[in-house]
Amino acid sequence: MTVQECYAAMGADYADVMSRLRTDERITKFLIKVADDKSYALLIDSLNARNMEEAFRAAHTLKGVCMNLSLNKLYSSAAQLTEALRGRTEYGADIEPLLACVKDDYEHTVSCIRTLQG
Amino acid sequence: MNNAKKKILIVDDSELNRSLLSDMLSDSFEIVEAENGMEAMTILHEQELEICLMLLDIVMPIMDGFEVLAMMNQKGWIKTIPVIMISAETGGAYIDRAYDLGAIDYISRPFDERTVMHRVTSNFMLTVKQKEMSEMLSEQIYEKEKDNSLMIEILSHIVEFRNGESGLHVLHVHAITDMLLEQLVKKTDKYPLSAQERRLIGNASALHDIGKISIPSEVLNKPGRFTPEEFEIMKGHTIEGANMLSAIPFRGNESLIQLGYQICRWHHERYDGKGYPDGLKGDEIPIAAQVVAMADVYDALTSERVYKPAYTPEQAMHMILNGECGVFNPLLLDCLRDISGKLKEELNVISFGHVTESGIRDTVERTLKSGGQDVSNRSIRLLERERMKFKFLADISGEIMFEYSDVPQMISLSEWGSETLGMPVKIVDPATNAQWLNIFPEKDFADFTEGVKRTTPENPVFNRKYLLTIGGEKRWCKVIAKVMWGDSEAPEFDGAIGKIVDINDETVSMQSLERKAEHDSRTGLFNHNAAKKRISAALAEGKGKHYALAVFDLDNFKSANDVYGHLFGDEILETVANRIRENIRSTDIAARMGGDEFILFMEYKDSVEPQIKRIFERLTKRHKDFDVSVSMGIACTKDCKEDYDTLFTMADTAMYTVKRESKNSYCFYNPTMTTVLRGEE
Repeated sequence: MTVQECYAAMGADYADVMSRLRTDERITKFLIKVADDKSYALLIDSLNARNMEEAFRAAHTLKGVCMNLSLNKLYSSAAQLTEALRGRTEYGADIEPLLACVKDDYEHTVSCIRTLQG
Repeated sequence: MNNAKKKILIVDDSELNRSLLSDMLSDSFEIVEAENGMEAMTILHEQELEICLMLLDIVMPIMDGFEVLAMMNQKGWIKTIPVIMISAETGGAYIDRAYDLGAIDYISRPFDERTVMHRVTSNFMLTVKQKEMSEMLSEQIYEKEKDNSLMIEILSHIVEFRNGESGLHVLHVHAITDMLLEQLVKKTDKYPLSAQERRLIGNASALHDIGKISIPSEVLNKPGRFTPEEFEIMKGHTIEGANMLSAIPFRGNESLIQLGYQICRWHHERYDGKGYPDGLKGDEIPIAAQVVAMADVYDALTSERVYKPAYTPEQAMHMILNGECGVFNPLLLDCLRDISGKLKEELNVISFGHVTESGIRDTVERTLKSGGQDVSNRSIRLLERERMKFKFLADISGEIMFEYSDVPQMISLSEWGSETLGMPVKIVDPATNAQWLNIFPEKDFADFTEGVKRTTPENPVFNRKYLLTIGGEKRWCKVIAKVMWGDSEAPEFDGAIGKIVDINDETVSMQSLERKAEHDSRTGLFNHNAAKKRISAALAEGKGKHYALAVFDLDNFKSANDVYGHLFGDEILETVANRIRENIRSTDIAARMGGDEFILFMEYKDSVEPQIKRIFERLTKRHKDFDVSVSMGIACTKDCKEDYDTLFTMADTAMYTVKRESKNSYCFYNPTMTTVLRGEE
């Protein structure tokens, strides 16, 4: 599997990331970091603990990471959740579907990266 | 720039973001990472001078990017460390706020390698360039000044060594010249010399004796007296020196050369026109030459020479002021006197190199400062903050606060004060401002402006009560002000800050208590103590004037009480008091001593009898069915030594004489009365 194929599988923009990060090696190196990044885990834990402020920051960070690697699909679900969490002090039912979406996209993205990693 | 990699601090809570940036920049820079604001602050504390640029995220746990910026402002780091913000937050308000806090640029996510590299390097280069240029500039100024002073000093020392002197003379003359010039411009604006001109004169002063190089050394170093011929040769050093300078090709227009020429040629002229070589008089002699001449004489007197011992600074000062060593501009004599203490101190510590080094350092500092750039934004911001604090405290205090400055005369009021007084916040030239003088009477305001100037740096607080008109109402106010005295050797008045506190209610109730304590409650006249106090004061003050004291009581007061009752008795007392009040002048003093006894004190010119007679007649008119009958004794100051007790005893004696003899009458004291009364006892 090439980096480009991986990007296609993840619903991500290969042309964009290539124009900014310049090489496949660098892109791969940081994709692996995405898979190892703790923001997602922190997001889930914070929401379970109803720590809304921490959850917002974790979602925000995840969004930033996706943006940097042009992981568009995960970026857009993370972005929606981030906005829902911005300034929030209490957990609400509206968060559930957004979180489910992030979960699906995140798991799919990570599984693609693991495949690329071989 | 040296070849060591410069350090960049990356502050972002996402490890991935940090390594991404680090990856892009690590070829050209050394990277330090922090995962939140607090960590960044710790790193800055330790490596402030090594970090040459900072990439800063906004949204972070523990301490966010804005807090980091605020903290950097507080510490002053924002001035030396350029900060580039990074964030996916692209909202305009976020960016504005970061710029306001001193960030210089902004990179938004997603990161593009070229953009990041470009922004970082260009900002970095800019800052480095700025730093290097200001270093270069100060280095250049330093070098130039150093060369100048060095050349001049080498030249002058050659002359002095040939002259058998230590070389300290040049340094001393330079230092004295500087001090004299500084004092001169402080004292008068007659010679408008800029700081730079004064510095040039100081430098050029070293050249004053270069003409001596052409004097044969047998003459120059002759230990005894000069013959007239030799003296003529010696005198030649003035013109020789001037010619040497004017002969320098192409440099005739340089101020240093021009000043050097004046100094060489005319530093032996006298203010009265009897000096040499040209016999110039008064201010025909350029001020540079006048000052150097004085410095030269002073140092010559206080130094040992082949032909004379060293005089003490006090002796030298005395000889110059006394006109024993030439005639000088009276203004310069004043300046010399002013700096006499400083002269003694400074000349003691001068050694080689000292003047040059400190002089150059001063120049560099001055030059950089006069560029105006050095008043850092940080200082201004801090000042702004202090202002805000002051304004807030002033506004909630409910007091009228003010700042006073005298040149130009101006009063600045706190906002609250300005509203309360109905005056603008700034009042220029209050001493002639009718609206202001309406509030603060002219005489009182003059008293205030003079009063604050009479304070001293040791006791700089002024505190006085004035009757001001606030909101159309006269109110007693306390004006408290702290004067700011400059901290130079001769402290100068630098304005005052203070507040106006309304103490009307306290003052009024205090005054009413005082009134009560001094007045008799039944009649409203003074009581005995108060009258005594006032009469004694009048006697002490009015030496040579004539005063009379009358003591009287009501002959039949007891029967008024007995027959008509106590209420009527009180009515009689009040009637008598009213009659007294109606028939005396405002300067007279009337008091009820107690019971039915009263006293009256008055000044008179020739005879007091008509006054007394008139008052007596008014007092003794009938009141309703009651015949008011009065026995009155009078004593005059012309008959006795002028103190209250003597006067009172005499008047009292006279009154008892009336009582014993006739009642309802008055009589003047005479010395026989005392014996008569005693005889009857």
